[in-house]
Amino acid sequence: MSTYADPYASSRETTEGRVYSVTGGDWDALATEIGATKEERVVVNMGPQHPSTHGVLRLILELEGETVTEARCGIGYLHTGIEKNTEYRTWTQGVTFVTRMDYLAPIFNEVAYCLGVEKLLGITNDIPERASVIRVLMMELNRISSHMVALGTGALELGALSPMIFAFRERELVLDLFEMISGLRMNMAYVRPGGVAQDIPAGGVAKIRETVAQLRTNFKDNEKLLIGNTIWMKRTQHIGYLDLAGCTTLGITGPVLRSAGLAWDLRKTQPYCGYENYDFDVVTANSCDVYGRFLVRMGELEQSLRIIEQACDKLDRLEGQPVMVADKKIAWPSQLSVGADGMGNSLNHIREIMGESMEALIHHFKLVTEGFRVPAGQVYTAVESPRGETGVHLVSDGGTRPYRVHFREPSFNNLQATAAMSEGGMVADIIAAVASIDPVMGGVDR
Amino acid sequence: MSEDKGAFGVQGTGDTSGFSGLVRAAHSAGSSERPYGSYFDDLADDLERAYPEFNDAIEKVVVDRGELTLFVKAAKLFDVATILRNNEKLRFEYGLGVNGVHYPDQKDRELHAVYELLSLTHNRRIRLEVAVPESHPHLPSLVEVWGGMNWHERETYDMFGIIFDGHPALTRILMPDDWQGHPQRKDYPLGGIAVEYKGATTPAPSERRSYR
Repeated sequence: MSTYADPYASSRETTEGRVYSVTGGDWDALATEIGATKEERVVVNMGPQHPSTHGVLRLILELEGETVTEARCGIGYLHTGIEKNTEYRTWTQGVTFVTRMDYLAPIFNEVAYCLGVEKLLGITNDIPERASVIRVLMMELNRISSHMVALGTGALELGALSPMIFAFRERELVLDLFEMISGLRMNMAYVRPGGVAQDIPAGGVAKIRETVAQLRTNFKDNEKLLIGNTIWMKRTQHIGYLDLAGCTTLGITGPVLRSAGLAWDLRKTQPYCGYENYDFDVVTANSCDVYGRFLVRMGELEQSLRIIEQACDKLDRLEGQPVMVADKKIAWPSQLSVGADGMGNSLNHIREIMGESMEALIHHFKLVTEGFRVPAGQVYTAVESPRGETGVHLVSDGGTRPYRVHFREPSFNNLQATAAMSEGGMVADIIAAVASIDPVMGGVDR
Repeated sequence: MSEDKGAFGVQGTGDTSGFSGLVRAAHSAGSSERPYGSYFDDLADDLERAYPEFNDAIEKVVVDRGELTLFVKAAKLFDVATILRNNEKLRFEYGLGVNGVHYPDQKDRELHAVYELLSLTHNRRIRLEVAVPESHPHLPSLVEVWGGMNWHERETYDMFGIIFDGHPALTRILMPDDWQGHPQRKDYPLGGIAVEYKGATTPAPSERRSYR
């Protein structure tokens, strides 16, 4: 045993061994000194590589003890120049780029973009009804898969593992449907200017109905786990408070706005793709907090299932109708089919252009390589994505490529609320607040 | 972008197909005449009543594809925005963001800022467009009017170099802080690097003939 005598901790021998009494030092003086200096602050850098920041988000927090006095976001780590890139590709190729922005809600990016291109072309009313119904179906399926990630990772970040397992189980069912319909699970580039890439395969609608029934049963697991759960409520109630005035000032849309009690949903207020023909409710909450946003998302799952069921009925009625605009100067000539090895060119189409019709080959070549021309002008189209208003500002100079494509990303805009939601709260509640905004960094940074 | 050589970098007219001409004209929307249709007439009337300097501040009104665009003088932008937000007949509570567009050929009006506004009360949309010269790219910041404009203005500054006077912290937001240039301007190349694979070289995207 050491005989070293610590000047600040005298020791004495007891029957249980040596006991140190920590005394002395200048702790009192130090504490007073720190308290007297107003500039003294702790700045904590959280992220960009952090498991709880919902992607490569960097939070710069100024703390006083465990209380956050200031919170700032650092973004841009996932900036990929998608908007710039689209200026160098045809209007149709643009779909493949924009689908990668908000990678949890690819269909919404595609639909917003395609509605914009169609508005520029002036063919909005020529889109076949079946194509619009398929778009609605895909969007609502996508809303479910996106909300599942929001709920699952949100719960995981607060330390609840089981909800994440259930949420990803449900999401997997939806991704299977995406794979069946488009050949891809994510970033499908399935919605094209003029319609959709291909029709739903035979037996597809029956499979969707089966999955809807399955999902409805499965959703109960997470409801039982979280709704009314004491720990969950203590972590989420009165946390991340943002009322209607705050939402309006900061331009917040989507579930965060609806958690402040305003039933603003573009599907109802400014319908597109025929949403006015579907029967569904806008879910709201009045608590303005993380728990309210959670309830709004849970409620929207059921509403999405309702819309999907109605879309399935419509698809049965519209069986055999076209899914691409009739104008051959715009409609994508290439026909796709899903084979055993994924999506590829339809062999029938290859036979036609390679073996039967020279004109079909020329037409295919011109439209695929050069693309179609879009009359000059600018438009703004918006859809209600799982995170709020996804708006697209498109400018055309009359060429085969966009002059400017800009996405008004709800993630980007809503992330501005981080400071308003979390300043004055505990540092642990920032995680809950950010998770309730549900930012997707691919969309924030583009 | 007055002249574009099309997809294959051909010289001359290059159009051997008759599919289309390859030279594009610069786009400039003409002013629309009344009646504008839809709710646009009411909206313009309300703004004129609420804002006596309307004729001085609004360069032109364009109604195209069912959307209303007001071209506003840069000096009057803040006033127009404030009235659009606060007047109870107008009530554009949501400033959805600002987006830049670069028209290098429009002399002294190279940089355009495009604002999308939304009124929840009246369920209406309107667009404001402002042009500033590249040599003096200054606009008033609208963060005081709509707090949510903060990041959008930073992005537009980052991408186009438009300086929003009065912005609380106008710094780059997507690009690194020490980045040179403004990537979304038309004279800024797409960039990229050439890739070699098994002896064959694929040029950088901006060097490929189809993207020039």
